[in-house]
Amino acid sequence: MTARMTHVTRFHFPATKTHTKQTSVITRVLAAGFIAGIVAGLFVAALQHVTTTPLILTAEIYEVSGEAAQRGLSTLTQSALLHRTINTSLSTIALSMGYALILLAVMLLSEEKIDAYRATLWAACAFAATGLSAGLELAPQLPGSAETALHDRQIWWLTNAALTASGLYLVIKIDPIPIKIVGLALIVVPHFFAPYPATPESHVPAELAARFAAASLSVQALSWLLAGALAGAIFQLLNSQNNETRR
Amino acid sequence: MRVQKTISALPQLSVIKSDSLKAATLALLLGFSLIFAVGFSETDRLHDSAHDSRHALSFPCH
Repeated sequence: MTARMTHVTRFHFPATKTHTKQTSVITRVLAAGFIAGIVAGLFVAALQHVTTTPLILTAEIYEVSGEAAQRGLSTLTQSALLHRTINTSLSTIALSMGYALILLAVMLLSEEKIDAYRATLWAACAFAATGLSAGLELAPQLPGSAETALHDRQIWWLTNAALTASGLYLVIKIDPIPIKIVGLALIVVPHFFAPYPATPESHVPAELAARFAAASLSVQALSWLLAGALAGAIFQLLNSQNNETRR
Repeated sequence: MRVQKTISALPQLSVIKSDSLKAATLALLLGFSLIFAVGFSETDRLHDSAHDSRHALSFPCH
């Protein structure tokens, strides 16, 4: 009886293998989201360090004690400040990753071509939904500002973001006029149900609050736009590399 | 043999689409989880760590 020769190991010929470097869509999306998040997050964290964080630290002095405020003293030590800066930077990187991943996911689901330009436009719409629209009712707040119940504000913020984003999608991407009108309604309606503080009293000086609101919106806009542009560019790059290896 | 090849090539488009759908779903879940953890979670540790970012990026805080 002769042995069958079917279990012989095949030789490896790298020159004839053309599919070795192909990556799946999942890998490309996750890689683009993570890299864009880290780069955008680091940049925004640096910007926060010189714009919004000093205002937050000053506001906390007013929030805790009027006497300390008069002397302009912060109770934080250098090591506590460093620890806080690291935590803030990591949080901002995680948020930027979240922004980048959501943008890529929604563009994929909408069967939109993903590149830096288009992803930046989608990011601008996302900022309009989560920053501009929310800021119209719940302005970016410093610690010590007048507040309503946190849960009410969180639920309104999330609902408003979801409805405004859906509304913008219908207005921009769907053709029949009646659907665009529904989209407009989705954008407007949440603003009739926004939670307002019963007594608008704040410990924070108005000038500080105004500077913070403007700085915060700018930083938020930049974090969305950077995350979007980078995610789009990196995904496009990975896609073109993938197509080249397929040929 | 050729017929078999043609038939096996047909579902490729739907495979690509289902891959995109899987990638989008995973990215959406990951993205929302990150944003929820940093922007909305009420555990003290996460709140304290993300405090300045929540204020700076207009999430409701306190």
